[in-house]
Amino acid sequence: MKITHRSIAHATTALMLSLALVSCGGGNEADKARTLHFGNSAEPLSLDPHQASGVWENRIIGDLLIGLVTDDPKGRPIPGMATGWTTSSDGLVWTFKLRDALWSDGVPVTADDFVYAWRRIMTTKPPAKYASILYVIKNAEQIYDGRIKDVTQLGVRAIDAKTLEVTLDHPAPYLPGLLTHYTSFPIPKHVVEKVGSAWIKAENFVGNGPFKLKQWKPNDFVHVVRNTNYYENAKVCLDQIFYYPTTDDNAAERRVRTGELDINANFSGSRLEEINKNLPGYARIHSYTGLTYYLFNMRKPPFNDERVRAAISMTADREFVTSQILKAKQEPAYSLVPPGVAHYTSGAVTTDFKGQSLQTRLVRARKLLEEAGYGPSKPLKFTFSFRNTNDNPRVAPVVQQNWAKIAPWVQVDILGAETQINYEKLRNGDFQLGDAGWISDFNDAKNFVYLFQTSTDQLNYGKYSNPEFDRLMDAADLEKDTKKRAALMQEAEALVLKENGLMPMWFLTNRNLVSPRITGWEDNAVDIHRARYLCTTDALKSATLPKS
Amino acid sequence: MLAYTMRRLLVAIPTMLVIITVAFFMMRFAPGSPFDSERALSPEIREQLNRFYGFDKPIFQQFVDYLVGLGHLQLGPSLIYKDQSVSEIIASGFPVSLSIGLCALVLATCVGVPMGLFAALKQNSAPDYSIMALAMVGICVPSLVVGPILSLVFGVYLGWLPTAGLNLGKMTFETLLLPVVTLSLAQIAIISRLVRSSTVEILRSNFVRTARAKGLSEFQVLSKHALRAALLPLVSYLGPACAALITGSVVVETVFQLPGIGKNFVTSALQRDYPVVMAVVILYAGLIIFLNLMADLAYGLLDPKVKYE
Repeated sequence: MKITHRSIAHATTALMLSLALVSCGGGNEADKARTLHFGNSAEPLSLDPHQASGVWENRIIGDLLIGLVTDDPKGRPIPGMATGWTTSSDGLVWTFKLRDALWSDGVPVTADDFVYAWRRIMTTKPPAKYASILYVIKNAEQIYDGRIKDVTQLGVRAIDAKTLEVTLDHPAPYLPGLLTHYTSFPIPKHVVEKVGSAWIKAENFVGNGPFKLKQWKPNDFVHVVRNTNYYENAKVCLDQIFYYPTTDDNAAERRVRTGELDINANFSGSRLEEINKNLPGYARIHSYTGLTYYLFNMRKPPFNDERVRAAISMTADREFVTSQILKAKQEPAYSLVPPGVAHYTSGAVTTDFKGQSLQTRLVRARKLLEEAGYGPSKPLKFTFSFRNTNDNPRVAPVVQQNWAKIAPWVQVDILGAETQINYEKLRNGDFQLGDAGWISDFNDAKNFVYLFQTSTDQLNYGKYSNPEFDRLMDAADLEKDTKKRAALMQEAEALVLKENGLMPMWFLTNRNLVSPRITGWEDNAVDIHRARYLCTTDALKSATLPKS
Repeated sequence: MLAYTMRRLLVAIPTMLVIITVAFFMMRFAPGSPFDSERALSPEIREQLNRFYGFDKPIFQQFVDYLVGLGHLQLGPSLIYKDQSVSEIIASGFPVSLSIGLCALVLATCVGVPMGLFAALKQNSAPDYSIMALAMVGICVPSLVVGPILSLVFGVYLGWLPTAGLNLGKMTFETLLLPVVTLSLAQIAIISRLVRSSTVEILRSNFVRTARAKGLSEFQVLSKHALRAALLPLVSYLGPACAALITGSVVVETVFQLPGIGKNFVTSALQRDYPVVMAVVILYAGLIIFLNLMADLAYGLLDPKVKYE
């Protein structure tokens, strides 16, 4: 047989078509309508709420377990396992009434499961990295770091099977928001006591959330299926979810484009234009309760001088960085607390140079530096260390150029490092100007402002310290009234901004690719989208009742 | 040959020890720690973590403990992936990397060897130049570029193949095709150039001239005499190349979102997950030693001049 180019082309096409047919096979339409394929950005480090530490783990854990308080479709706190709660007059004792609910194996969820879980997170080995979120509970910190050995001293007790009493270290009106965090979720005492840390393996897993763990193939996918014992099972649309660790945003974008994924929990800002062209309606951008900020090492010159900090902070062109480099609707930051934070007005206090033209700021900065003694004979030299991940390496040379424009004698070196190395340097004080990011763990302004408290110690990388700032934060901790508390924290925020204790750069946005096939998705500032609210257009069309 | 094999395996023990020692101390002296992240830990908790994982002991003690654990075939827990042991991580990732790597190697050999031979036989002609130019392109264009292009063309534009990932954990022909082709392209290029140059040299040698003088057909000369000798450099190349391919490619695994160990190796190194890095280094080193031995034994089969004593 004579082989021609045309016959080769035909053979190739036939082969490819047969492959395509094979790949499209399997699974019926009803299954597909109630199945969600979710690009979850990274591999979970753990699904045990006492060992997890990332937002990508929260997405799965929040579908497997429900805490006293849970999130509504917009990420706002609503009663979860608790049907309601009362607070003592001093704001220290909170009493939660639990609903009648079952674990996925049919055992009732009791207050004892919460007590057990909260005691476990304070004492588990290896230590739970995120236990400090619950330090607001009486004696939590002392038990966690070993100063108190008796774990029953923790401020939580079961009054009866359906009543939980929580005693706090100080009043915390933000407690309901904090209790949406997975560190406060219950774990099935009857299972954990039997199998230990292996309770999170699919074969042992028992949860009280809308889904239960079916399979976890490391680096491949996590498969969860409907938990028919969930207390609101009748309202849940999806039967199963596959979470994939989509570390490469561009590859994930291609998978969304072909329908292999329904959602991907990120996309590159520089791809926004292309995505809007190829996938109209998919890109979902919303302000996020997080910021990127630069830190001055205030332990030593040159940044122990407030004038130098002011000069450097005011000359970074945040507008250019956000509009030309980041391009995903990030907002230039001139304050510490991002927009969208509950019970707080973001941007009510700002740095004094907001609104000034860059030219004015450059002139002002030069004057400040000259006053501080810098000039041609004594140039200002420092190194800016940054994380070489995401957009940070593209921003660093831009700000370097900004600073070079102050005067020829401002000489800045930029030094990129892996995230771990960057944070080790910050922790050890081995930096001059460093870059860091912060995303709130719970929706409250304290989560940002406390970063600059003297007692925050490790996280206060630049070692900003002002007794007045600490006094305001302590007063805010004791204040029960939400408005007065916010005012105290705002005063503290104004102080750290006035003294340039940090250099806020930009407020983050959360970016998701969501197929129009998915319904129930509500963009929100905390970027929490519990799967029990999601459905598909196909499932809605078929209008069959969910399995119960 | 058995004595030779045994001798080589015995020599491998100190080699492995040296590799383990160097890797262990390099990892430990690298800046950064597995416990550094956005959320800084208090010194008390850091101390507790160090105690839990034995990092509070002197470094030499830790090294001895690690070797003892290794002697008992214990690779330890992952410092980052809390729900999985290192053995579980390797056991789940290695089959994927192994399958992709072996398929890529077979494809590269099946395509690269005939291409190289053909180019050598048509030396300095248009087909030779075309094949070698293609090979040069294959070497120059990294899989970071080829992978996304193939995924875009066959996955997105034509819709013939999945763009990335396995079929819910199952390795199927269609899920592996693009990663295997991406991984093999550079190997095809290298193998074809290697085979071409060695074949050109062999075709000029005395024993080939003798074979031709004795009246053998060109096909017989090539298949019975020249090919065996021409494949010798390829065999020595394939040993380490095979080890590199089957221990996973971080680029291909990332671009095609595959759960292999190549990606694990890099992310673990970046996150300072010492036990995982050590396990992959040991696996990689062991494979190189083993496959090099296989290559040397294959030499004996191909080259009658080689004797094992």
